[in-house]
Amino acid sequence: MENYWNKEIECMSREDMKKLQDERLVKQVKHVWDNVPYYRKKMEEKGVTPDDIKSTDDLWKLPFLTKADLRDAYPYGLLAKPLADCVRIQSTSGTTGKRVVAFYTQNDVDLWEDCCARAVVAAGGTNEDVCQVCYGYGLFTGGPGLNGGSHKVGCLTLPMSSGNTERQIQFMLDLGSTILCCTPSYAAYIGETLHDMGYTTDDIKLKAGIFGAEPWTEEMRREIEKSLGIKAYDIYGLTETSGPGVSFECSEQTGMHINEDHFIAEIIDPDTGEVLPEGSKGELVFTSITKEAFPLLRYRTRDICVLTRKKCSCGRTLVKMTKPMGRSDDMLIIRGVNVFPSQIETVLIEQGYAPNYQIEVDRVNNTDTLDINVEMSAEQFSDTVKDIQQKEKELVDAIKTILGITPKVHLVSPKTIARSEGKAVRVIDKRKLHD
Amino acid sequence: MFIKQLSIFVENKPGKLSAVTKLLSDNDIDIRALSIADTKDFGILRLIVNDPDKACETLKNADCTVSMTNVIAIGAEDKPGGLTGIMECLYASNISVEYMYAFITKKAGEAYVIIRVDNNDKALEALKESGFAVLTAAEVYDM
Repeated sequence: MENYWNKEIECMSREDMKKLQDERLVKQVKHVWDNVPYYRKKMEEKGVTPDDIKSTDDLWKLPFLTKADLRDAYPYGLLAKPLADCVRIQSTSGTTGKRVVAFYTQNDVDLWEDCCARAVVAAGGTNEDVCQVCYGYGLFTGGPGLNGGSHKVGCLTLPMSSGNTERQIQFMLDLGSTILCCTPSYAAYIGETLHDMGYTTDDIKLKAGIFGAEPWTEEMRREIEKSLGIKAYDIYGLTETSGPGVSFECSEQTGMHINEDHFIAEIIDPDTGEVLPEGSKGELVFTSITKEAFPLLRYRTRDICVLTRKKCSCGRTLVKMTKPMGRSDDMLIIRGVNVFPSQIETVLIEQGYAPNYQIEVDRVNNTDTLDINVEMSAEQFSDTVKDIQQKEKELVDAIKTILGITPKVHLVSPKTIARSEGKAVRVIDKRKLHD
Repeated sequence: MFIKQLSIFVENKPGKLSAVTKLLSDNDIDIRALSIADTKDFGILRLIVNDPDKACETLKNADCTVSMTNVIAIGAEDKPGGLTGIMECLYASNISVEYMYAFITKKAGEAYVIIRVDNNDKALEALKESGFAVLTAAEVYDM
């Protein structure tokens, strides 16, 4: 039997949901117009005023926000509430130059946690459950989001954060965790370690997992389900809109229900910005209609997916999105960290290497690997191996500082990597995450 | 008194080394001595040639990464202990050897040792004081 955290909302008729969205959108646009000069200016440039937005049918009239806007307006430019009303920030994974800081009022935190609670309940969670949260805690939204959702549901919550896998398993065994929340690659690793330690699924009580923050395949889902003896649920979100819980999977496991009472989803053509009809593949755009402190209107996620309102066997009427099928920019998600090739390029130039490089991303034993081929330069060359390896280490360390991921650097002959003119292939993603 | 050694970056891929040697032979460069330092991804090919300046230019024009380093060449007796004396002399003067390679010459009973040290001037002084036969560039290039 399907359980709901908020049946009234999750199973609301389309008609009532639209009414709710219309109401909230009109109010939100006014709130933004009054309090966010940055966005107001954008609206003025487009010749739109709050009076033009009478319902969700008028949504298309509003200007888009992009990551570049968030950078321009950093840190306070998109804040819509006095700091006195804000209680929290969260931030994207420390990627220099592209950092996003999102603000929350207490109400924003409550609604976000409420979204996560829906995900926990959809995965079968109740107050009888022991929920082990091994997403990172801190600026990253994963830990705090699922932690809050798990609390709301009344689960005994284990705020483990990530890492120290043997300790994770010890807690899992000792406290009888029934729900696991982490990135899919970490779930796979926990499964592997469990078996390496000589345990089987009979030794643990896990029944469900809520996994997100990075792309993963159906094949990986089956592997994790087998290895941990659970049902694995996908969860989606982004710091810009709140964090995990923007959408979540139900027992049908055929896409994620978007919490439409908080987020209006649109699919647009990434090239023209034109809104596409339901069922089209395009870029996902979100409008936060309840957020107070950081209310983004028409935020372009750059994630490519499809929306569907096909009837779901779980009974929820919330629109469903497919797993992101790719990106409309060059961002990569490696071990849950957002990586732009340009960040690597900047480090290479700083360290005296040619800005010609090739990034190879792969997934070995369910863990992402990052290899970077770099052209040897006259400046970095030396007649001793010691000197070259010292400089190579400095490069690896500099990249690690920026990305938080340790790459493998390979020095290759000069002028052997395609130049940037034309269509240089900067990134080879061998993970085959998308069709 | 120093010898110009060429160091060439060679990626660990089939054909990379032969491309370098072909380039040198096409340009009439005669190799006097060589050694390779190998790592997982690349090697450093170190060469003593008859005309280092020409070789360097040729390689650079072909987009090779090449550097020129001053090294010391010493004549040693080709018999047990011939190298030991040199090493002891450097050790006594607190000079570190980064790398070295040696080969026997056309002259019977003589070997040449190429050494790359952390302090060339100091090494040269110490070797000369101890009476070792430090070779001139011309002696090595025209060997």
